[in-house]
Amino acid sequence: MRIEKQIEAMRKEKKILLMTHQIIGYPDFAANEKVIECFYNNGVDLIELQIPFSDPIADGPVFTKSNQAVLEKGIKVSDCLKFIERMASKYPIPFLVMTYYNILYQYGVEAFIDRCKEIGVQGTIVPDAPLDEARTYYDYSCQQGLAAVSIATPYSDPKRLQEIADIGSGFIYYVPRKGVTGSKTTFGFEILDGIQKAKKETGKTIAVGFGIQGPEDVARLIGTADIAIIGSKIQQVLETEGLSGLDQFLGDIARVNKEE
Amino acid sequence: MKNKMINYLGQNGYFGAYGGRFVPEILIPAVDELNQAFQEILRDEDFYKQYYNLLMDFSGRPTPLTYAEGLSAYFGKAKIYIKREDLNHSGAHKINNVLGQGLLMKKLGKTRVIAETGAGQHGVATAIMAAKMGFQATIYMGAEDAERQYANVFWMKQLGAEVIPVTTGTATLKDAINEALRDWAGNFDNTHYALGTACGPRPFPEMVTFFQSVISKEMKKQINEICGKNPDRIYACLGGGSNAMGAFVEFLQEPGVELVAVEAGGKGEASGKHASRIAYAKAKTGVSQGYKTLFLQDDDGQMLDTWSISAGLDYVGVSPILAHLAETKRVRVLAATDAEVIEAFKLIISKEGLIPALESTHAFAGLFREIADTKPEDVIVVNMSGRGDKDIFNIGEALQDQGWKTFVTERGKAYAD
Ligand SMILES: Cc1ncc(COP(=O)(O)O)c(C=O)c1O
Repeated sequence: MRIEKQIEAMRKEKKILLMTHQIIGYPDFAANEKVIECFYNNGVDLIELQIPFSDPIADGPVFTKSNQAVLEKGIKVSDCLKFIERMASKYPIPFLVMTYYNILYQYGVEAFIDRCKEIGVQGTIVPDAPLDEARTYYDYSCQQGLAAVSIATPYSDPKRLQEIADIGSGFIYYVPRKGVTGSKTTFGFEILDGIQKAKKETGKTIAVGFGIQGPEDVARLIGTADIAIIGSKIQQVLETEGLSGLDQFLGDIARVNKEE
Repeated sequence: MKNKMINYLGQNGYFGAYGGRFVPEILIPAVDELNQAFQEILRDEDFYKQYYNLLMDFSGRPTPLTYAEGLSAYFGKAKIYIKREDLNHSGAHKINNVLGQGLLMKKLGKTRVIAETGAGQHGVATAIMAAKMGFQATIYMGAEDAERQYANVFWMKQLGAEVIPVTTGTATLKDAINEALRDWAGNFDNTHYALGTACGPRPFPEMVTFFQSVISKEMKKQINEICGKNPDRIYACLGGGSNAMGAFVEFLQEPGVELVAVEAGGKGEASGKHASRIAYAKAKTGVSQGYKTLFLQDDDGQMLDTWSISAGLDYVGVSPILAHLAETKRVRVLAATDAEVIEAFKLIISKEGLIPALESTHAFAGLFREIADTKPEDVIVVNMSGRGDKDIFNIGEALQDQGWKTFVTERGKAYAD
């Protein structure tokens, strides 16, 4: 269980960890590589790389269009895996692969997990693989010592929350609100309360993603969440302010851990 | 009308290897809630009575079973009967399902309905239901389909629905389904997703089949009254599969009745421009849009572009129930090409005075191809799922009708000035 240990060690150093996201191939591999370097230089703790899918139902408009744009260029899953392999050997950061279930299904679920392990990936996040439909995926990952990150929401009742915690590994990806990726989440007391409950009831590491927009949101999560995940906002910052803007954005977030 | 349980079809939302509910975790409570409500109404005779009364009063059921005298005489083979779903209010079978889901929404206390639509028939039916029952409606439609079927967009808007053209992906039906699922994930508190065909996550395939089963319930009674026996064969077109399931379900356990579904062969098998998942054996099992079924996809599992002259059959997946029924050989699946469909259309309109939807014309085209192997004592039913008025632009173009071209051009000019 490598990633759990790594997270435990990292948590000792920081009040909250940061996981950032990139869609592989968007806008192209070279740009991805520069962004990942920027993540690394800014002390990002975990990196989530998304293999594009034609029908990404958990994604909002921004990511949906980027998924499509990559596929229109003819980029294949094997190209994405090669890129991830290169990144994982270049940077000593835990990499997680996010994609949709059909990508694993066509590759062969077990073969895909084996391949992830081979290329140095620490885990996978598959938003349309509910625990009751994709047991093999969760069980085989666990058996191979790879994290199969399961997803919980404020609507998961206590029994289901426990099942989610039991079947998944690595950490729990907590989606704090209804909807898809992209739009802003307001981290009010109710949401923070939900996160706290999920943490207490499962005793697991909780990563919170969907709608985190900047340092204020991350700061608000300190003390409740273990990991903050930033996705669409990074793509937006890159598109409007470029790499130097991203550098500054991540620097601002890193400072959250230093503030009293 | 007796309400027979239909859940012998599947187990826990699976039909053989197909089905399930592969939705993001946030949607699990929504599909659970819906499934529970569906399981309750399955056992509720009063609900069914209320539902069927609404169909009678509002939609015009029972629809007739018309003897196709002209076509039967023309071929001189089997006797052909036509189940007239085109005579439903809004002109297609889609309304059966939508009125059922509308009543279910009331039970669930939802006030807003969302739907996806391909040809626009399901969108119009949903907008009608929302107007009648006092719900707010949002309809997602592939931008390409919205162009092809603008007449239906017009009606949805007049009925008070918001129509959102979807430009992501291939801008057709599957993308409209994705958008509807995304909307649902954000709004399930007050919103019901009225899926229009026998696809998607549990309980939709079974629920839509249940509401469409009125077609074969009536068909069975009618054909037995007229001919004193079950039909020897039933033909239905196959996009998502709601009209085919509706026409087949009461006969599934009658081995003497041959069930034939006809997919969109588009420009033909070799062209790669079609929407035939089963007949051309080009689809593979996969998981998308919340369920597992046969999808047209590449080696990586990315969904492929599809093509059909009829927007309503232009879908990348297929009902998990039909995927299973085809695999177990209970349903035979053919594909009819656009060209065959246009030829069949000409024959039907001239011999019967009927104007079938291009979707439904696929069912006829399948039958015409095979009618030579039937005997005069055979009885065949074709499910005419909808009427063709909505297709006037496509048909006018396909027939290269000069008068129609002139009319459209003149109208266009008048607006441009
Ligand atoms: C008239 C008509 N028939 C058939 C279909 C295809 O749907 P299904 O395969 O679910 O019956 C449509 C879909 O829009 C339709 O409008």
